[in-house]
Parts: sequence; structure tokens; C-alpha cells
Amino acid sequence: MSDAMHDFTLTVNGQAYAIRVEARRTLADALREDCGLTGTHLGCEHGVCGACTVLMDGQPVRACLLFAVQAEGRAIRTVEGLAEGGALNPLQRAFAENHALQCGYCTPGFLMLGTAILETDPSISDEALVEALSSNLCRCTGYANIARAIRAAADAMSTEGAT
Amino acid sequence: MKPAPFRYHAPRTEAEALSLLAALAPEEGRVIAGGQSLVPAMALRIARPSHLVDINNVAGFDRLAVEDGWLRVGPLVRHAALGEGAVPGPLGRLLEAVRGHIAHLPIRTRGTVCGSLANADPASEWCLLATTLGARFHARSLRGERVIEADAFFGGFMTTALAPDEILVELRLPVLSDAARTGFHEFSRRAGDFAQAAALAVLELREGVIAAPRLGLGAVEDRPRRLREAEALLAGRAPSEALFHEAAATARTGLVPMDEDPYRLDLAETVIRRALSAAAGMPAP
Repeated sequence: MSDAMHDFTLTVNGQAYAIRVEARRTLADALREDCGLTGTHLGCEHGVCGACTVLMDGQPVRACLLFAVQAEGRAIRTVEGLAEGGALNPLQRAFAENHALQCGYCTPGFLMLGTAILETDPSISDEALVEALSSNLCRCTGYANIARAIRAAADAMSTEGAT
Repeated sequence: MKPAPFRYHAPRTEAEALSLLAALAPEEGRVIAGGQSLVPAMALRIARPSHLVDINNVAGFDRLAVEDGWLRVGPLVRHAALGEGAVPGPLGRLLEAVRGHIAHLPIRTRGTVCGSLANADPASEWCLLATTLGARFHARSLRGERVIEADAFFGGFMTTALAPDEILVELRLPVLSDAARTGFHEFSRRAGDFAQAAALAVLELREGVIAAPRLGLGAVEDRPRRLREAEALLAGRAPSEALFHEAAATARTGLVPMDEDPYRLDLAETVIRRALSAAAGMPAP
């Protein structure tokens, strides 16, 4: 394992990507440069902004604070995995309908953070939702519409689930 | 913002991890657990380890159990796991409250408790908690295991008693009695940001007076510290706003803050009074 280059498989959105990278290659860079999945955005590259948030084994993580080699054998999910059959999923639709994005740079990170919130705590309190969203930075929306979109998606999904 | 090159090692057993660290520590090899402090430091090139020994795949390192009055926390227990689910009663409730102040959700899912302690940031909530509660730190290397008491673990700004070839294999937190009352108060500029000052108070109320008080302060000095003079002043007295004022003022005179700003000392007094008031069940001053 201590060779300068590492050959291994990353599993992203259920698909296997055989990659060859240096140990210092972050997961965020590997997703973009080696897997060609440029939906994951890089903002600060030191864990502050949350733009690169992805899910690893269902948990939200900063892809800039993980080395790609550490993600071997783990299930990674990125924004590319959200749409279902070419159609936006309920969370993505709620972002569009609630004006939860403007420039869109932070959106992939917020969508993955929102996905984690909806999957682990769909009836999350307003206070806890705001606290959870404080993890990621957005310079356009003022956050209120992002919180509203996640709440709308939770409502839409519980309605769909009930019918 | 890209880390400098390094060699990566992913041991599967503790013995393998200790052997690797013994061999690589003299060559600036370091342990990586959650990496939520180390990787940013590497991205900024403040840290340039030549080797990383990744302990994320070491079997058993995620152990978390209550045994003989201690909560035993293994080196891979993430911040998110240390709450009421880990231990019932006052300690669990305290851990749950403190955890909410540590960075953000995606950091708490990855960062580790023992990693924070080994990193020894003066603003770290777990460092303050371990100091105040009188935790024990179990360090292991190929040379053997030793137990470091809380008062001896933190050596200064981001400095601990751990030797380069040692892994912090376990944190032991004393389980609090059902009568223990706790108060934690932190001031930070933004949600999830580093603390500017944080205080933790643990005490009991027996027949209307304070018993067994513990009071700790973090983020003000270069390491967290128990405020023993203030503790002595509190013991045996009835809780009141005036008493907590006196305790905070007493604590202030002995502080050696990291910066000369009197604002920091004002904050220290405020968080101490608020932590004590919370522990005593009084409204925040």
C-alpha cells in the first residue's frame, strides 16, 4: 500500500471507477479529475465551505477532507446520482420551485447535505435544520429558501409515500 | 490548496499500526483518524507529514462501551457517536449538548473524539470536557501502554504528552452520578466556529449547597484547565448569582490568556457564570 501511486476502485452512485492516483489526491479531486464527475464542486478546499459535500456510506462528508484512497470499498453518492431516469428528484425540484439557488455553485453540496437530512431525519425541527444547514456556505440565497426547499421536499416525499 | 506528497499506509490491526508508527514516526510519519483537522492543515501545508498511518480500518478501534464506571472511547469513535446513545444519565446528556457545538454535521460524522484530544486545539470542546471531568488517556506503542491523567495530558498549544510513536487507544470518561448537574456554555462568533471561550461546570446540590464542584475553562489559555481556586470557593456554598460572579472573578485573576485582549477575559467570566448558572438550574445571567 505504500507505493507512490495507488490503483483501486471507487464506487460512485453504484458504478465502479478504476482509478490510479497519488495518496494525496483528495476524494473531491478524484471524483472530478479521475471519474469525470464534475458535479461535485470545490470551494475552499479546506473543509470550511461545504461545496464538496458528498455521501459516504450514507453519511454526509467533506470530499476535500478525505483522500480518495480512503474511500476504497465505500459507497459514494454525488449529485449526479440524484436524478431519477433523467428527471429531477423531489429535492432537486423543490430547489428549483423555491428559488433555493442562484449562481448554483454551492448547490451540489447543499443537495447532498439535504439528501442526508431527508434520509436520516425527515421530520427534523426547524431549529435543527438551520443548524445542519449552517455547515455549508451560500453567498446568493440567504439560506431561507434552501431551508424552505428541504422542508417542501420532505412534505412532498411524505405525501408520495402516503399515496 | 493541495497537500504535499506523502506515503499512505492502511493497517488492519492495532499491532500493525503500532509497528508502522514506530518505524515511521522518526521520519515525520503521523496517524490519521478522522482527518478533519489534519487534512486542512495539510491542504494549507502547515502540516507536511511524509507518511500517514490511516487507522480507519483497524479492527476494534471503534469500540465504545461503559465498564466499571468509565465510558471507554476507542480511537475511531466519531463525534456524532458520543451522545446519549453512548451512555445514559447526566454524562450522556452532557456529551449530547457538547457535541452540538463541534463544527458541523459532516465534520461530526467523520472527525473522531480521540483525534481531537491528540490534536489538542485549545478551543476543542472534548479537550475541555476531558480536563474538567478528570479523564484518563490510554496511550500505546510498541514499548507498551501507559495511562496519562487529565492534568498531565495537555502540554500547551496543540501539544500533548503523547510520544510520536504512541497512539491514543482509549479515552476514559468517568460516568457521572445521577445527582450530578452539568452546565456547558460556549461563545463563538458563528454557528460551528471555534470557541472564543467555553466553560463546563459539574456539581451536585446537597441540602441547598454546592458539593463536588468541577469547573473548567477552554479556548482562553493555551490549553483547557480546571479552575481549582474557583472550585474551592464554590464548595459548600449556596448557589447564587453573586457567588458565581465571585467565582468567575476569582478565576479571571489567575488566567494567562493566549492574547492580551481584555475582551477575552470578559468572555471567560461570562461563560463561567453561565455554565455555573446552567448547572445550578438558574436563569442565564
